Amino acid sequence: MGIENAFGDSFISTRLNEAINWARKWSLYPMPFGTACCAIEFMATVGSHYDMARFGAEVVRFSPRQSDLLIVAGTVSEKMAPVLKRIYDQMCEPKWVISMGACASSGGFYDNYATVQGIDRIIPVDVYVAGCPPRPEAVLTALIKIQEKIDSKQAPAAQTA
Amino acid sequence: MTDTSAFPDLLKARFGEAIESSYVDAACTFVVVRRDTIVPAGRFLRDEHGFDLLADLTCIDWLERVPRFDVVYNLYSIANRTRLFIKAPVPVEDPAIDSMTPVWKSANWFEREVWDMYGLRFTGHPDLRRILMYDEFQGHPLRKDYAINERQPLIPENLPPGDRIPV
Repeated sequence: MGIENAFGDSFISTRLNEAINWARKWSLYPMPFGTACCAIEFMATVGSHYDMARFGAEVVRFSPRQSDLLIVAGTVSEKMAPVLKRIYDQMCEPKWVISMGACASSGGFYDNYATVQGIDRIIPVDVYVAGCPPRPEAVLTALIKIQEKIDSKQAPAAQTA
Repeated sequence: MTDTSAFPDLLKARFGEAIESSYVDAACTFVVVRRDTIVPAGRFLRDEHGFDLLADLTCIDWLERVPRFDVVYNLYSIANRTRLFIKAPVPVEDPAIDSMTPVWKSANWFEREVWDMYGLRFTGHPDLRRILMYDEFQGHPLRKDYAINERQPLIPENLPPGDRIPV
């Protein structure tokens, strides 16, 4: 293209979407919704040993309006379900959701009167992580899956649900 | 733990007929007390025998037994290192018993939990509300006749209850 000839190595040209998605995927702001032992494992994932900062997602804040990645880590009770739904609704689009662990994904072994049998009954989910709790590597894999999804032309689950 | 085998006779000497039976299980002494005498019995054990701690208060639903429920009081004496259980049977037709809160304040939340989970009313309780379930919840989930798969979601859910995998 002409612009590179004129300015040499100072510029590269790309499509705007791809530039924005590149920025998004390396600067995910996670909002942890930690209700059980999965949240402890998530802390290990963010900690120095596994270091989620390597993937640009280290700014973990309980601040849904500034976040674009909701990580539901733990059992969600029927009593907490409206809270989770409200937090999800408060997040600005585009937004992605990781369902971390057996409980968030299916209710786990809490098949009883108190527990939501999987958060996908309440909110759309992009990536499910198996495990009870999942190891930090699995959580990082989920994050990479989200990055791949951002890179691809796939819409977030939030927009297809 | 100190020997607790004397307590059934001590209670019988004091409350007579109101002490229904007693037994030993898992190295612990259990005394079954008529429900109208449970609070005096608790006060007696606290004042005369140093049971300063109500460590737990819970309920058992026997479903088919008459009377159906047992309220179980787990008493502990910190000074004597002694543990004693007292139980009061409660029928399902009149699921009520006097509150133990005047004797031990820790009974407050325990009794709210038993009300929430089993639907037993505690007469004289200062604030008998649900403690774990939400206010909208109908029924008492730890009763044996509460359907095991019954759900009461607060907000609409995508899948019908009981349907785990979308088809």
